Amino acid sequence: MKVLAAMSGGVDSAVAAARAVDAGHEVVGVHLALSRMPGTLRTGARGCCTIEDSMDAQRAANLIGIPYYVWDFSERFRLDVVDDFIAEYAAGRTPNPCMRCNERIKFAALLEKALALGFDAVVTGHYASIVTDHAGNRELHRASDGAKDQSYVLGVLTTEQLAHAMFPLGSTPSKAEVRAEAAARGFSVATKPDSHDICFIPDGDTRGWLADKVGAEQGDILDRDGGVIGQHEGALAFTIGQRKGLNVGYPTDDGKPRFVLEIRPKSNEVVVGPREALAITELAGSRFSWAGLDPVASGYVDAPGDTFACQVQVRAHADPVPATAWVSTGSTGSTDDVELVINPTEPITGLSPGQTAVLYVGTRVLGQCTVDRTVSAVPVLNGSGAGSSV
Amino acid sequence: MSVYFDHAATTPLRPEVLAAYVSALGVVGNPSSIHSQGQEAKRMLEEARERVAASVRADSVEVTFTSGGTEAINLAIKGLFWAQRSLKPSKRRILVSRAEHHATIDTVEWLEKHEGAVIDWIPVDAVGRIDLAYVQSALADDVALVTVLLANNEVGTVQPVASVVELAAAHGVPVHCDAVAAYGHVPIDFPASGLAALSISAHKIGGPVGIGALVISRSATVTPLIHGGNQQRARSGTQDAAGAVAFGVAAELADRASRDLTGMIALRDRLIAGIRAAVPTAVLRGDPVDRLSINAHFTFPGCEGDSLLFLLDRAGFSVSTGSACQAGVPEASHVLLAMGLSEPDARGALRITLGTDSTAAEVDALVAALPAAVDRARTAGLADRSPTLGR
Repeated sequence: MKVLAAMSGGVDSAVAAARAVDAGHEVVGVHLALSRMPGTLRTGARGCCTIEDSMDAQRAANLIGIPYYVWDFSERFRLDVVDDFIAEYAAGRTPNPCMRCNERIKFAALLEKALALGFDAVVTGHYASIVTDHAGNRELHRASDGAKDQSYVLGVLTTEQLAHAMFPLGSTPSKAEVRAEAAARGFSVATKPDSHDICFIPDGDTRGWLADKVGAEQGDILDRDGGVIGQHEGALAFTIGQRKGLNVGYPTDDGKPRFVLEIRPKSNEVVVGPREALAITELAGSRFSWAGLDPVASGYVDAPGDTFACQVQVRAHADPVPATAWVSTGSTGSTDDVELVINPTEPITGLSPGQTAVLYVGTRVLGQCTVDRTVSAVPVLNGSGAGSSV
Repeated sequence: MSVYFDHAATTPLRPEVLAAYVSALGVVGNPSSIHSQGQEAKRMLEEARERVAASVRADSVEVTFTSGGTEAINLAIKGLFWAQRSLKPSKRRILVSRAEHHATIDTVEWLEKHEGAVIDWIPVDAVGRIDLAYVQSALADDVALVTVLLANNEVGTVQPVASVVELAAAHGVPVHCDAVAAYGHVPIDFPASGLAALSISAHKIGGPVGIGALVISRSATVTPLIHGGNQQRARSGTQDAAGAVAFGVAAELADRASRDLTGMIALRDRLIAGIRAAVPTAVLRGDPVDRLSINAHFTFPGCEGDSLLFLLDRAGFSVSTGSACQAGVPEASHVLLAMGLSEPDARGALRITLGTDSTAAEVDALVAALPAAVDRARTAGLADRSPTLGR
C-alpha cells in the first residue's frame, strides 16, 4: 500500500514509519506544522510542534530512507482544536485536545488530503491495535502493552477513519522495546523524552493560557443549596474534584472539606460540596460514535435501545470501570434527544462535562461519547435532585 | 533522476567551477601569511576577486567576500545604517518594501528592535514592483538608507533600481541593492549604477554554497559586522581562497551568459505559454515582461502549493512553492501577500526556475505532468479546507 506516516519528531512515530517500510509499504513521511509561529526548544516550547521536532522527524525519515515533507495544518488546527478547546472551557467543559486532533486533524484533514493525493492509509505511532474480524470488519483494540495503551484517544475514530488507519506499534510489548528498536535503527530520537501536556500551550500553564484567552473575573462560590459561601478569582481556573485553593473558610458546616462539583461559566459560579457528591452514577452525551460496528451489528444487543455490559474509561490513564450502557431516544423520540447513557456499576469520581467516555468490551473499543451531563450519587436534598447537570 | 527546476534556490556546480575549486582546495597557504605559499594563496584570491569584480564592472577593492548572500545583505544594511547614524544620529529611517527577501526583512526588523531604526515600508503593486512615487515622497534627510531587490526572488519582477538611486541621490541617501536572485540573469554595471552596495552570491550562478560578496562603492562606508584581523575592507576572518577561485570562474561564466538571454527567455516563455494552455485557471504572478529570464511563477486557484510540490516531486520534477521556509515549515508567501493576494490564493503558488542546462523537452514534460497534479491538488485542497471525516 501507499501510506503516509505522520511523523511528530518523536520516537514512536519514527519507529512506526520504519515498521511500515519493513512491512513492504511505500511510505512517505509528513510532519504536520500546527503552529504559525513554531517555537524552538530555546524559546521554552516543549513537547512537540517545535522547529527541532520537525528537524528530528526529517532526520529519522532520512535514516529510514523515505521522502519527507512538511504540510501546514496550522489554520485547521487553530479552528478545530485550539478554538474548540477555548470554546469548550468557556462553556464550562473540560475537553481533550489530543482526542480532537486525532478526530479532526490526523484522521480527518490529513487523512482526506492523503487519500486525495493517492495514499491508502495514514500511519501513526499510537499504541493501539486494529483487528479485522472474520467478516472483514475492522475493530479498534487496546495495545498489547497495557501501560502505554493509547486506544482511549483514538476512541473517536469511526469505521471510515479506521479503514485507513495503521498503527504499527500496537503489538509492541513495551515502550522500552520501541526505544531499543529506535536505538538499533540509529535514530537520534531514541532517548528523546515523551511529550507531555498540551502542545499548543508551550509553558504548560493551561490555566494561565486560558485566563489570557477567555478572561477571568471574580465570582461566587456556592454550596449545593445555592448559598454563597465564598469568592473565586475566575471560574475557569477550577477543575471538577479540586480541593485546594477554595477560599470558603473552615470549618464548614459539617466539618468536612469541600470539593469543586460544578463550574457554571455563564453565571461565573463555582459549586462545591462534600467528597461523596463527586461520585457519578450516570453519565450521558448526545455526541457519540462507534469505532467500527455498532452494538447491534456487533451482536451485543438486539435493538439499539437495549442495555449492554461494557467498561467505561473517562481519561487517558484512568482505570476502566464496569458499566452498562444504552442508547436512549429520550421522551420525545426526536433525534435531538438521542443520547448514549452510561451507568458505571461503581461510582466514578471527579468527572467533568466535556470529557470523553470511551466504552470497551474486553480489549475492543466500542465507541465513545462526549459527556454532556452527569448524575451525582448524592442528590441535593432540597434541590431538583439532578447533580451537576449542564 | 528528477528534473531540476529550482535554480532560484541553488544551482548545480558547473564542471569548470568544480575543477577549479578542487584544484584550489589542494593549495595550502593562508592568504595573509607572508611566506611564498601564503603569497600564492593571496595571488589566487586576488585574481578571483578581480574576476568577480569584473562580472559587475567594479574595481576589485570594492569586493568584500562574505559567507554568502545573507551575510552580504546583513553587512550592507546594518553596516550602512550604523555608518550613517554615526555621521548623523537623526538618520534612523530605512526605506524597504515588504516584498524583499527574508534576509532583508529580518535584518531591518532586527535593527528596529535593537538599534532604534524606523522602518518605512514601500508599497508594491500587483506585480511586485515598488512604488517609486512613494519612495520619492518618503525620502528625506532622516533616511539612513534605501534597500531594494534588483529582481524579486519569488515572482521574478525586475525593480526600477536606477530610478531609486536617482531619487535617493538627491537626498544623499545610500542605496543597497540585493542582486542575489538577479545576478547572472541581469547585466550589472556597478559603477554606473550609483549604488552604495550590492549583494551577490556564488551558488545562484553555478558556484559553491558558502561564498558571496558585498560590492561596496569606494565612496561608501559600511561598519563591519565581524571583527578580528581586518583581512578585508569590511570583514575580518581568514579568507576562503578556494571558494573565491570557484566564485571567480562561475562569475565569468555567468557574466558571459547574462549578455545573451534570448535562449533562456524563449525557454521561459515556452514554459509560461505551456502552463497557461495546460491549466487555463493558472495565474502568472510577477511582471509578464520585465521578469527574470529563468523565472515562471504561477498560482493555481483551489490548490495548496505544498500538494502540488509533493505531486510534482513524486512525478520527478523539483520545483518550489517560492515561499519562505523555516526548517521546511511552509507559510503563505509574504511577497504574494505584499502584492495584495489573499492568503488562500497565495497558498497555491508554484515557482519554476530554469537553469543553463534546462531543455525544451524537460519543460514540455513538466507541462504535460501539470494538469493531473493540479486536479489532484485541487481535490486535496478541498479536503484541507472542509474535511468531512470526523465530523
